[in-house]
Amino acid sequence: MATNTTVVEGKLAKPKAAAGPWREAFGRLIRNKLAIVGLVLVILLLFAGIFGPLIAPWPYQVQDLAAVQANGNRPLPPFSPNHLLGTDQLGRDLLSRLLDGARISVTVAFVVQIVIILIGVPVGAIAGWFGNRTDNFLMRITDVIYAFPDLLFIILLSVAFRETPFGQALDGLFLVFVAIGLVGWVTVARLTRGQMLSLKETEFVEAAKAIGVSDRRIVTRHLLPNGMGPIIVAITLGIPTAILAEATLAYIGIGVQPPRASWGSLIADGQKYIRGEPHLVLFPAIVIALALIGFTFLGDGLRDALDPKLKGKQ
Amino acid sequence: MVSAGEDVSAADAPTIVELSPDDVLRARTEAVSAAGIGRKADHLLQVRGLSTHFFTPDGEVQAVDDVSFDVGYGETLGLVGESGCGKSVTALSIARLVPDPPGKIIAGSILFDGIDVLKLSQDDMRKLRGKEIGFIFQDPLTSLNPTLTIGYQIGESIREHMGLSSKAARDRITELLAKVGIPRPADRLNDYPFQFSGGMRQRVMIAIALSCDPKLILADEPTTALDVTIQAQILELIQRLSSEFGTAVLLITHDLGIAAGMCDRVNVMYAGRIVETGKVDELFENPRMPYAWGLLDSLPRIDDVRGDRLRTIEGMPPLLISPPVACRFGPRCACPGHLPRTSEPELTDRGGHGHMARCFATDTGGWIG
Repeated sequence: MATNTTVVEGKLAKPKAAAGPWREAFGRLIRNKLAIVGLVLVILLLFAGIFGPLIAPWPYQVQDLAAVQANGNRPLPPFSPNHLLGTDQLGRDLLSRLLDGARISVTVAFVVQIVIILIGVPVGAIAGWFGNRTDNFLMRITDVIYAFPDLLFIILLSVAFRETPFGQALDGLFLVFVAIGLVGWVTVARLTRGQMLSLKETEFVEAAKAIGVSDRRIVTRHLLPNGMGPIIVAITLGIPTAILAEATLAYIGIGVQPPRASWGSLIADGQKYIRGEPHLVLFPAIVIALALIGFTFLGDGLRDALDPKLKGKQ
Repeated sequence: MVSAGEDVSAADAPTIVELSPDDVLRARTEAVSAAGIGRKADHLLQVRGLSTHFFTPDGEVQAVDDVSFDVGYGETLGLVGESGCGKSVTALSIARLVPDPPGKIIAGSILFDGIDVLKLSQDDMRKLRGKEIGFIFQDPLTSLNPTLTIGYQIGESIREHMGLSSKAARDRITELLAKVGIPRPADRLNDYPFQFSGGMRQRVMIAIALSCDPKLILADEPTTALDVTIQAQILELIQRLSSEFGTAVLLITHDLGIAAGMCDRVNVMYAGRIVETGKVDELFENPRMPYAWGLLDSLPRIDDVRGDRLRTIEGMPPLLISPPVACRFGPRCACPGHLPRTSEPELTDRGGHGHMARCFATDTGGWIG
């Protein structure tokens, strides 16, 4: 009988596609100009990170010694033949090295956030859902990590594991990513816990309990999707922090090892020539700034889209 | 009683026949036997000496104290009383949904279809909830998850308890939506709660409560959040479906009119206790407890003189942290007579037929005849 009804009434009135809360949020996001600017920058960065080495004019480590010698052993300036953004003092193409750096930044952005999600969301969800002692225990650990100086922790970890296979993975980058993630998850854990605490008092959770839905399903199907908005925003806004942290570490020589270069170490290398060849510092600085702006705009746009009530309040 | 439907266009509206109480009772008895609901006990629900207390920083709140009652198979029992008298906590205790901490069921037994609910493990209890005991909450606007589709939410308990294939579950959900009077049910499965009006959402909640053919529905003020017209439709729906499926209903309300229209029997609660119980017509005709008089007297009447103040029961219910060992209604009683100061009245018989009241004044030897 039910199927008959569908057929008959389907002819009478063509129902509109159901617009779910997520689709609505997406609609709000793409109407936000700044968010679109952010999205474009992020997509460009992703593109550079994924396809960079394929479109780069040179491999990042190849030295164009002839060109440098012809220039009197000085780095080539921008718009030189064959080197759009010039080279460093060793004749390595700056554009190619920036593109390779984009790959590092994209990787850091995502690996760090994955570490943060894998630790922060479960810790926060468990603490918020079970409450009481579990909550107390997990949140005190969170407090301790929150209070510990981030940079010191990352440097200690890098030094301690430098010689191990774990420390050598991904040219030494993996260790840095994990270290940044290990200090970064606390914010997401606290946020998730807060979401859980307020959502588990809602009536639809009680209603779900009343029809015998299991705890695990209540947390994963009812609580997390409802609390996802702020978590997504925090994670998006956490990406620029991670990129910046990696750049900072690279600048002081931790993480990626030569001949590879991240944007941070490009600046560190370039600063010796800052008076004569400022482009060696300028271009990496510009791409770092663009990447940060992109993720920040996108994050702000997501916040407005996912929680329209908050708009204009911050 | 039933008005033209809210978003239900005339053509879509389910045919609504007004039923007399006798029809309902007959239909119900037939449905119970037709459904072949195995009677494993004399009563579907037998609550004895139930005490649920909340342990707060200010003290132990005796929200429900020594409450006993039965609900027969297919029967609709009303639980009436003012805010904070323990109606909802009683219902939550039956489903073992009292938030713990701070709440705890400290004494009593609850036999549901012969099963001692309080002795079940959490997991067995979970299997009972939704399958055997449905729950309809007060506020349909907040009782549905805004991020999940209606179809998913109705299917949740079906998937959890009945193990149907997704196709069969889908058919069942569509059928349920049609039963509760949602037009074009198959098209609305993938809609979200915000696309439904308040009355429609309460219909969805009823569909969820009925989804696994429960033997008992706990309806906690199912119409308080709705306007009067929708209220009538929802109540009619609950009445019609419960008699169709032979489902017993524990209806919690503070609206005596609703209780009079819906219930077979009524329990009046005051300050965590049952103070009067009886068949609905008998209790309303001849209440044997000043609190019940007060409640009935407080109802606005059509012949009230305009401009007159509404009648109220003076005073406030006692704090349920260490309540006095005396009649709990005493301080507000309209004819306190010579109330004993140190003993409480018991729930005693008033003229048979299960009519009982907790009152010194109307008991044998009391000062009211």
